[in-house]
Amino acid sequence: MTARVVIVGNGMAGARLAGELHAREGDRKVTVLGAEPHRAYNRILLSTLLAGRIDEPDVELTEAAGHGVDLRSGVPVTAIDRSAREVRTDDGERIGYDHLVLATGARAVVPPLPGLDPANLPERVVPFRTLDDCRRILAAADGARSALVLGGGLLGLEAARGLAIRGLATTVVHPREHLMERQLDPAAGAVLAGTLAGFGVTVQLGVSATGVAADASGVRLDLADGRSIRADLLVLSCGVRPDTALAQTAGLTVRRGVVVDDRLRTSDRSISAIGDCAEHDGMLTGLVAPAWAQAQVLADVLSGTDPLARYRPRPVVTRLKAAGIDLASMGDAASAGPGEELTFADPTRGTYARLRIRDERLIGAILLGDNPAVGTVIQLFDRGHPVPTDRRALLLGRALGTVGATAAASPALMPDAATVCQCNTVSKGALVRSWRSGARTVDAVVAATRAGTGCGGCRDAVSGIVDWLSQAESVEVTR
Amino acid sequence: MAREVATHCPYCALQCGMTLREGDAGVTVHPRQFPTNRGGLCQKGWTSAELLDHPERLTTPLVRDPATGALHPTSWDTALDRVVAGIRAVQADAGRDAVAVFGGGGLTNEKAYALGKFARIGLRTRHIDYNGRFCMSSAAAAGMRAFGIDRGLPFPLSDLGRADTLLLVGANPAETMPPLVRWLTEQRGNGGQLIVIDPRVTATARQADLHLQPLPGTDLAVANALLHIALTEGWVDRAYVADRTTGFDAVRRSVAAWWPARAEQLSGVPVADLEATARALGTGGRVIILTARGAEQHAKGVDTVTAYVNLALALGLPGRDGSGYGCLTGQGNGQGGREHGQKADQLPGYRRIDDPAAREHVAGVWGVPADELPGPGVPAYQLLDSLGTPGGPRALLVFGSNPVVSAPRAARVEGRLRDLDLLVVADLLLSETAALADVVLPTAQWAEEDGTMTNLEGRVLRRRALRPPPPDVRTDLAIIADLAARLATAETPATQPAAARPGAVAAARFPADPAAVFAELRRASAGGAADYAGISWDRIDTDDGVYWPCPTEDGPDTPRLFVDRFATPDGRARFHAVDHRPAAEQVCATYPLHFTTGRVLAQYQSGTQTRRVAALRRAAPEAFVELHPDLAARLGIDDGDPVRVTSRRGEFSAPARLSAGIRPDTVFAPFHYAGAGRANSVTNDAVDPISGMPEFKICAVRVEKA
Repeated sequence: MTARVVIVGNGMAGARLAGELHAREGDRKVTVLGAEPHRAYNRILLSTLLAGRIDEPDVELTEAAGHGVDLRSGVPVTAIDRSAREVRTDDGERIGYDHLVLATGARAVVPPLPGLDPANLPERVVPFRTLDDCRRILAAADGARSALVLGGGLLGLEAARGLAIRGLATTVVHPREHLMERQLDPAAGAVLAGTLAGFGVTVQLGVSATGVAADASGVRLDLADGRSIRADLLVLSCGVRPDTALAQTAGLTVRRGVVVDDRLRTSDRSISAIGDCAEHDGMLTGLVAPAWAQAQVLADVLSGTDPLARYRPRPVVTRLKAAGIDLASMGDAASAGPGEELTFADPTRGTYARLRIRDERLIGAILLGDNPAVGTVIQLFDRGHPVPTDRRALLLGRALGTVGATAAASPALMPDAATVCQCNTVSKGALVRSWRSGARTVDAVVAATRAGTGCGGCRDAVSGIVDWLSQAESVEVTR
Repeated sequence: MAREVATHCPYCALQCGMTLREGDAGVTVHPRQFPTNRGGLCQKGWTSAELLDHPERLTTPLVRDPATGALHPTSWDTALDRVVAGIRAVQADAGRDAVAVFGGGGLTNEKAYALGKFARIGLRTRHIDYNGRFCMSSAAAAGMRAFGIDRGLPFPLSDLGRADTLLLVGANPAETMPPLVRWLTEQRGNGGQLIVIDPRVTATARQADLHLQPLPGTDLAVANALLHIALTEGWVDRAYVADRTTGFDAVRRSVAAWWPARAEQLSGVPVADLEATARALGTGGRVIILTARGAEQHAKGVDTVTAYVNLALALGLPGRDGSGYGCLTGQGNGQGGREHGQKADQLPGYRRIDDPAAREHVAGVWGVPADELPGPGVPAYQLLDSLGTPGGPRALLVFGSNPVVSAPRAARVEGRLRDLDLLVVADLLLSETAALADVVLPTAQWAEEDGTMTNLEGRVLRRRALRPPPPDVRTDLAIIADLAARLATAETPATQPAAARPGAVAAARFPADPAAVFAELRRASAGGAADYAGISWDRIDTDDGVYWPCPTEDGPDTPRLFVDRFATPDGRARFHAVDHRPAAEQVCATYPLHFTTGRVLAQYQSGTQTRRVAALRRAAPEAFVELHPDLAARLGIDDGDPVRVTSRRGEFSAPARLSAGIRPDTVFAPFHYAGAGRANSVTNDAVDPISGMPEFKICAVRVEKA
């Protein structure tokens, strides 16, 4: 049992680990050191905050405090002393650990453009990563009428949608030929651009930025094709880079991120890393789901709940969450290859679906717009379950083939054994027999058979059968 | 001249009004206009009189012959002497708590009250619980901790017909209480939106405007995501939250972690459907959220219900006109049965047995010192699971319950019952549990007794006797009275004057007359949460039922709760932050499918009664296993093939019923059946830590062609 656990970072990964440890039995002291001066917050909600739909308190997450968890925000860690098993904070305090967890996250990349000094960004040029970034964007957006977003990836588009909701004319500049090129194929990218246009977000594709000029009145973004776009603010969404500085300085193995094994251990057995700063099996996570899965595994290991727990990456589902946009992308959907492919496109209505299937399993999917089966598709992909025999169910949703046998076209076509009244198990045949025994009105048929006396839902069907019987009889009489 | 009485159906908590007539052709049932069923009856109600003169009806006590092992008819004296001797032997050897009582949610208020009293001061055991633990306990616990009171619907049923948005979570009233659907039809006819959350396309889901079909065991995450959306869309009623509740900040922070896409991946419910549901709830005028067993019968049932209560509170629904949260109670007296002392931790009036003031009050009504009352017992499954084990009860008295069919992991429960020194079952038919008993006591049926039932609205109703029971059949109250007297008599030799003898004192304490019991129940419940003090049988007749709490005869009853305050000390409702946790048993390579249980229209509970009614047997003759055609194809199963369902705890077999209305990763079976088709042979006995509710709604199974 570990006695003293120190977690560096109180973001999505670090706060989650504290919570996971808090929920497990055991006698340990957990210290969480968060660099940001805030309560733990949900980064996923920042674009909603940007849109002005919620207030700052609404992005707060549950914090595990008390019961052996000491939570300290606004306390950046400046160094790790591995030999002394201590971390040092920026106010000089030394905090000893038996196990140290790095959950330092990632930092927004500031592109190397003339006019952008990462250490001293202009007031109206802001990356989109932290709550403080969000505050700066909101300050710059106050009174603004237009915004530029550099980068048409997931976060850039969420930011753009949020700014558009605030009423800003928003332009996304993206150097690649289509949006979200890591998750989408060109066709999906085009449909998405169309959807965004409907919300007042203009997209400039296939063009790089060459420089930025900013002053108190606005920002000018210069493009490689010679154009310049002016706006009241510029949001940078050009990717993130794992924050590995502490690990690097401490001599831990670092490639793109802090290298960890299946138990989330770094090259020092007493130090783990999780979340955006960690590199597992050559992969950076970058999303919340794997970070939380790592937190759970590490909590199992550290608490002794399951010392043999191992982190096994699960296939990643990317979901663009922005008002009016419903996009899911998973697996290897964008490329071509062996196997089946299902597609559906209705670009006018903003709907696009592409699913790739091999050996009865989904290997990738892009679903954009109104795709009623999106929940099913995500679960089938996530769990590796076999796809439906009728593939259309993946496109059209569960409604296919499950609509109840209500209102048959004509009573004549209904088999005698068909149950008309479920509540009293009355078949069409029983209704016909009651008619033949002399019941000549709906009420008489109901009284004789009890059809329609439960929920009452079959009254129309019973009337229909009585009408049909009346007509059939008059036909016979005429004959 | 035919006799007739106005009474209510013997089955579910809707307690449909019906008139019984006795003529030359026997007893007939006629639907009655009552504010709940409005003249509707389902097939169960229509055929309910068939059991009155049923050939399999028990008409004499039975005792097991130790030599042959068979049950034989005997006299009441012999049967009750055997019971009393058995109880005394067990208690002499192992103490008072070695005898336990197991009640039922179908018993009248009077019987539930008398049974609780009999356990506490007749047997003086702490061990009493009842099958409502398998039914209402999660909703009850969630209601208590949020509102300070547990009444299934805190408003009249008719409010459903006026709702702009009605959300049903794990409820299938089209099968379980069909006449209630008349209100849903009215609601939709008024332009309201009906939304159903159920892993299956049920008869109810088919009528919905929107059906969310989550993986079993994920309802809690769905609720948290709905609240998450309500927060991000600004639909939370901040003024209501500030004025009428406490604890919202913790809930707000916890649901911040349930963004819709996360809930979607877990539950399979598309984000768009979550958003549409949240919108309908958050922007409707009159909005009602109802849960039922689908949400409640989980090892996280209390938290799941709490998540929907949180949602309702955040939207400002409870106490708002035409809006609110409620649960659909299942058993006929599932409401009253959980108020008057059948629960292990409870005294009449919904009082807690560990509350000194409550003990003092109830002991005063009962005429015993408070310190003679035992403390709390254990919840139903824990009780059943301990029977016949070292330290566990060795004798059990069962009234109106059939746990051999209705309990989870039923084979284990059956084994526990077999290990008892003494099993006594009072029932009207030889249920599967009665068939294991040492002594079987034949009881009167609903048309042969007077009393009160409290329906799903918290409305107290009158059950009226049409005719007396058959000659050698007694009411439960008479049985309790007789047992109490015999136990007391056996305690000391009769050297005192007759009226002061323990037997006579006990007989006076346990009247067999339901009117006398109800009069006492009113006193015992006075001042409690479920206060019946002002309810008289006459008032019930005059007013079409009386809603509790009703503290005074002259004062009003309470059709609508929470209008001004909640039943908490500070009058505010309480939020509780709750989080999803996985089902107690996960699917794996050996047991790769989710299994869930439920009901069919033509059967009721363990089927003791309905399986013996010819028309119902024809309509729903046997168990079945519902599975998706794709799954069936992979398993090589055709419609109607016999299949075996196996879990870590047991197996059952039934014909396959293919349906595209169930998720391909989930199979379903109704639990009403016994023997080889007993679905509860495989269900999980993991229980909710707060309510003791077993996890009937999800476990891991393997399915194969039998």
